Amino acid sequence: MSKVKVARKSTLIDMTAMSDVTVLLLTFFMLTSTFVKKEPVQVTTPGSVSEIKIPETNILQILIDPTGKVFLSLDKQSDMVATLTSVGEDLGVKFTPEEIQKFKILKTFGVPIKSMKAYLAMTADNQDKILKDYGIPTDSLDNQFKSWIKNARMSNPDLRIAIKADQETPYKVIKSVMTSLQDLRENRYNLITSLKVTSAN
Amino acid sequence: MAEIQSNEGGGKKKKGGSKQKKISVHVDFTPMVDMNMLLITFFMLCTSLSKPQTMEINMPSNDKKITEQDQSKVKASQAITLVLAGGDSIYYYTGQPDYKNFNSLKLSSYKADGIRSLLLKRNSEAVSKINDLKKKKLDLKITQEQFTAQATEIKNGKNTPVVIIKAADRATYKNLIDALDEMQICNIGKYVIDKITPGELFLMKNRETKGELSKNTTK
Repeated sequence: MSKVKVARKSTLIDMTAMSDVTVLLLTFFMLTSTFVKKEPVQVTTPGSVSEIKIPETNILQILIDPTGKVFLSLDKQSDMVATLTSVGEDLGVKFTPEEIQKFKILKTFGVPIKSMKAYLAMTADNQDKILKDYGIPTDSLDNQFKSWIKNARMSNPDLRIAIKADQETPYKVIKSVMTSLQDLRENRYNLITSLKVTSAN
Repeated sequence: MAEIQSNEGGGKKKKGGSKQKKISVHVDFTPMVDMNMLLITFFMLCTSLSKPQTMEINMPSNDKKITEQDQSKVKASQAITLVLAGGDSIYYYTGQPDYKNFNSLKLSSYKADGIRSLLLKRNSEAVSKINDLKKKKLDLKITQEQFTAQATEIKNGKNTPVVIIKAADRATYKNLIDALDEMQICNIGKYVIDKITPGELFLMKNRETKGELSKNTTK
């Protein structure tokens, strides 16, 4: 009986192919995806059958949370600066260049103009924590929301307005936002929804 | 961990010949793969692949200067008014509101057999035309542009119903979107979101109390 020779095999696995695959995947993800914007409140948008995609640039997003707080976000930093200065002029608040610099990098804003200075003085961590308790006033007595929209429109005429609201938001809030928009003659806007599949048949 | 193995043993056995050593180059890609996987995970978690869907909406202008002639009047026979009342209930009446008869306001739902079947029935002409058009498009007889142009024409045709959507304060945003969705599903081109009037609130209350309110007022 001859000895059974166990061939000594090298345990090295060629990882080149694997590496190819992962690099491909990585490229795919990098090209197709967009970064999730940090939002102060989590909203679940209602589903709809509409299949129009939202344009990427020149968006003024109005974020409305279930309790009716309103936040805004602009995608261009230059617009942010122009809007802040003109809103400040409208409502009688003057901002220093440092404050404007800090405002520029905010992803979403929604603070009453009176608290804006104090808010901008905070560190980014504290800002995130506190932002969800604020919200832009939309009531008829002190409608700062209108002023924001008006000045944003002035700073960028190509702006498209998109409303992103939670599905549980009462219509009352939506109505007040829509009325404010109507007063500013902003009669065309987008409602952000998520995809739902239903057919007529 | 790039390894360069030179197989010296093999070289010596060869009889004479060239003395060039065969060098096999193995580069270990494992760390590279590790890093890539990490990056992929990062991208998958921190980015959103799909852009959100959107609905385009045109609201009526509330400019006070618009004169009577500029306003478009709607034939009463073509008008359907939906009153979104929160929850799953949706009321509707056709034409002019009838304040005396509480049954003129009918209750429906967002389900397929609710408001959708009603609207599809009212809009059957346009719906069948659109379906024909869709078929044509599938058979590649018409292009996408032609399809959209013709579809808008059909939707805004003369005998299509006009839907007026009014939402009560207790309705949610989802209700509104659902109602707008029905417009799209039922191929209704002419619809508008309007403010609820005291008249509609009265109708709703009247219906809940089975005509108590109208009895009191007519007496």
